[in-house]
Amino acid sequence: MVALMGVMRRVSLIFKSKANKALDRMEDPRETLDYSYQTQLELLQKVRRGVADVATSRKRLELQMNQMQQQSDKLDRQARDALSAGREDLARDALSRKAQAQSQLNDLGGQYTSLQAEEEKLTGASQRLQAKVDAFRTRKETIKATYTAAEAQTRINEAFTGISEEMSDVGLAIQRAEDKTEQMKARAGAIDELMASGALDDMVSGPRDDIQAELDRMGASHGVEQELERLKGELEQSAPRQIEPGTGVTDGQPAHVTHPVDTKSADQPQAGEGT
Amino acid sequence: MIVRILGEGQLQVDDSAAEELNDLDARLEAAVERDDEAGFRSALDALLSRIRSIGRPVPPDALAPSELIIPQEGATMAEVHKLMTDEGLIPG
Repeated sequence: MVALMGVMRRVSLIFKSKANKALDRMEDPRETLDYSYQTQLELLQKVRRGVADVATSRKRLELQMNQMQQQSDKLDRQARDALSAGREDLARDALSRKAQAQSQLNDLGGQYTSLQAEEEKLTGASQRLQAKVDAFRTRKETIKATYTAAEAQTRINEAFTGISEEMSDVGLAIQRAEDKTEQMKARAGAIDELMASGALDDMVSGPRDDIQAELDRMGASHGVEQELERLKGELEQSAPRQIEPGTGVTDGQPAHVTHPVDTKSADQPQAGEGT
Repeated sequence: MIVRILGEGQLQVDDSAAEELNDLDARLEAAVERDDEAGFRSALDALLSRIRSIGRPVPPDALAPSELIIPQEGATMAEVHKLMTDEGLIPG
């Protein structure tokens, strides 16, 4: 007989029997109303905390996705540098690693979407519960005002059973969200460790010291060349650059700041424009 | 009658749909009893999509209990089994 009842009716009965057990424990109907209202407010706080927790997890994922994207961009630059230095082999390795980083990024993207969905669900649950708690509060005051034992009991039972069902639903939703954020935290921790260890650099080509190191050296020497060029440029322009503050003297800047040049301040701007 | 989809809220469904929903629910229940994962998944999805398509949302400030409660989308068979024996509910 019970086996043929259907899932939906059975679940509904389970929810109702939970509400009835809680009702039976209470002797004074007014106590039921006030006590239940307190519990509702507590659950509302809990579900809001749940929403905040999921949001925190989502933001952490966002951060990791940014880091992973930077990693991927860096590998892309390294591939370019390697190629322009005629090292196709290094470029190939860098691109392989970039592909790995991209695949991690896709995975993180999937997790992000699922966490976002969880956040939306929990936000919706929180809003629905809020509406029901508000309705319950109004109902509670009305019932109290028109209180005549037997009649009130029926109305209390109905309101209580209705809100209790919502609370059970929200309670389950919070639990699911908690489970999910716990899983995400564990995975996020694993990815943080992965990135910190530098293992992402090594996923394709093994030991860190060979190709990545060479890429790093090339990256470094490329950087040195760039720095050199920048310094050369600066040196060439150094005279006019020093003059700029000197011209400011006429605009009321303190003379002592630029005293080495301020004696020439009348001539130097023209020299600066000339270069 | 009022039907609750766990995690989504309550829907008002015309009483005339009861028989159809019962049939779909019987498929779901049979799948759970048989421990048939594929059958369970398709029966749950069918039931959910049918209820969503014929149901009208109950105003959120209504306090009426639901006649039928259906597990959330993506629920596992283990979760549904728990809901059917009250292990799934948080005490209190």
